[in-house]
Amino acid sequence: MKRTDDDAGDDDPRTDGGTGEMFGDSEITAVTRRQRARETFDESVIAPFKVAWADWRTKVALLILGGFVATALLVWLHQAGYTLLNDALRLFGSPWELEAPRSPVGITDERRSVRPFENWQYPLGTFDNGVDILSALLWATPSMLQMVLAGGVFSTAMATAVGTVSGYKGGTVESVLNTIVDIAMSIPGLPLVVVLVAIIRPSSPYVIGVLITINVWAGLARTIHSQVLSLREQSYVEASRTMGISTPQIIRTDILPNLMPYITVNFVYAARRVVYDSIALYYLGLLGGGMAENWGVMLDWAYNLYNALTVSGKAYMLLAPMVPIVALSMALILLSQGTDRLFNPRVRTRHAGETVQEDDTDREVNPPA
Amino acid sequence: MNWYLKRTGQALFTLWAVVTVAFVLAWNVPGSLVDHMVDRIVQNSNVDPEIVRESIESRLMFDPEASLLEGYLTYVSALLEGDLGYSFVAGQDVSTTLAEAVPWTLLVMSLATLGMFAISLALGAIMAYREGSWFDIANTFVGIVTTSVPYFVAAFLLILWVGYSDAPILELFPPRGRRPPRVDPGFTVAFVWGALRHAVLPALSYLITGYGLLALSMRGNSIQTLGEDYVRVAELRGLSSRRIALRYVGRNAVLPLYTSLLLSIGFMLGSSVVLEQIFQYHGVGYWMYEAIDATDVPLMMGTFIVITVCVVIATFVADVTYSMLDPRIKSGDQGEAY
Repeated sequence: MKRTDDDAGDDDPRTDGGTGEMFGDSEITAVTRRQRARETFDESVIAPFKVAWADWRTKVALLILGGFVATALLVWLHQAGYTLLNDALRLFGSPWELEAPRSPVGITDERRSVRPFENWQYPLGTFDNGVDILSALLWATPSMLQMVLAGGVFSTAMATAVGTVSGYKGGTVESVLNTIVDIAMSIPGLPLVVVLVAIIRPSSPYVIGVLITINVWAGLARTIHSQVLSLREQSYVEASRTMGISTPQIIRTDILPNLMPYITVNFVYAARRVVYDSIALYYLGLLGGGMAENWGVMLDWAYNLYNALTVSGKAYMLLAPMVPIVALSMALILLSQGTDRLFNPRVRTRHAGETVQEDDTDREVNPPA
Repeated sequence: MNWYLKRTGQALFTLWAVVTVAFVLAWNVPGSLVDHMVDRIVQNSNVDPEIVRESIESRLMFDPEASLLEGYLTYVSALLEGDLGYSFVAGQDVSTTLAEAVPWTLLVMSLATLGMFAISLALGAIMAYREGSWFDIANTFVGIVTTSVPYFVAAFLLILWVGYSDAPILELFPPRGRRPPRVDPGFTVAFVWGALRHAVLPALSYLITGYGLLALSMRGNSIQTLGEDYVRVAELRGLSSRRIALRYVGRNAVLPLYTSLLLSIGFMLGSSVVLEQIFQYHGVGYWMYEAIDATDVPLMMGTFIVITVCVVIATFVADVTYSMLDPRIKSGDQGEAY
């Protein structure tokens, strides 16, 4: 956004071309700050999104995850008292309505174990205790996403901090941190979480998410550690060190950007662990009570309470919660498979629409397929 | 320092740390959980609550009234003698219960691990050699799909499949229990065969859902190794393709999978809590479930310690074998400190 000639003419009559240009220059630098902000936005949000979108795996993953987030928002609003979803459904005359998945009081027999696709008041059927399966499926999404978010952020932050510091510092710091990582890695996750949850009895989804990943970060820390070991010997890192740049700054500017692929991929794996383990905890009956607040509770009801696999014609109770579990897990896997492209600088700039001068030697070694 | 000595020391240190963690957790529990247990027992029988409480507290591993250090010392010395306390659910000593259960869990775990590594290494290598072919693409797709299925979902689906198919399969792969009824334990063909048949479905649940990622990373590693200069040199030297495939490509592509092996051992032993409940397979995980269900603290801590000890030992064995494959690990040159 350059200053137009009119403006320059109005403000200060120029005696010669020189001063006007000088002013113009400084004005331009003032504007470029905004431009720079836009460029950063382009580079860090739009370009990665374009690259991600170009890969079918990330596209599918983002679509599925977007669906989960949208559902979670609607259900969360409903739980908070804004019944947007039900209002909209009523507007369209839908026989089904979202309701809290607890056994209704004064339940009639025609509400018990309705088979799916028979009564549109309960599209996916009901359990023996009259809980509507579709409502229960949706009800679980907000807390599941909260757990995933908390667990993913906690384990990623923890692992990145421990992995980079131990890898870069070396010496005693490294041995101490490595020992901690080794111990954390050799304590099997689920039993530890089971014991912790049995003692703490958490109810906030955020706390559950963090508890589940209490030792998941260790595996990631080890990966990052070994990456940093090779990175710190790179010549540009050595150059920064010789220039006397402080360790935290070297880690931030030279080391961390190169670790992004590992960090995102492992965020996704941590998220997957949270999904698996939280469902396992609810399935085992350690969390929750009385209400189908998680897909694990539904599995528990179907398999242990209502014998869905031994009584014929009840398998739908068990199959229904499997659909969102597998969908969410698949979205995460696809995301982790697709994101490594995000961090390949060459793919990235090509997608941003810039022309890249690829060196010819590279072409010779890897001829385009 | 000798690498083996160092590694053994580390394993022992880990064991100590785990025991301490278990103690700290157990120390924080008693009050409420003992009350809970007393309530449970008093509900079902009309015994004097105080007598029940005393008998429960006498069977805890330490005196809850004692000081922290004293409790810790009694706890550790009891553990060193192999005493894990008394389980109310099992009706016998925790150590007896678990000693009998551990081999069954290990059977399932080793079947799953061996099967998984055999399949995914072979599959990954073939996929890498035929990169871009329909075989590669189809298997990548199948791998991603199967990886997305959690192990417990696979377990339910397997039970569903076995339950709905014909009787012969149901008899071949029984979905419940760990050994055939009316067969005496011992090294007889009938018993071993029966135990293997019962272990198949739990092991398959791990295998089907775990092989995909491993095969994909084996594929990636092999493709990367195939592009290395030393493979080209080996080809130019006219070495047999069998030797190149096994010694040059295979060995180097397998090494990075080592961390996956370690993690999968811990993951499998950990998730036995859920899987053994589903299959009613009386291993360590099953007892942990029973312990949680009845809030039986000694059994819960006992299973936790035993599962962790299994993981530590398995990791130790894997580390020692790995050091034979890759001598670099023993040199342990980590570079200078900054």
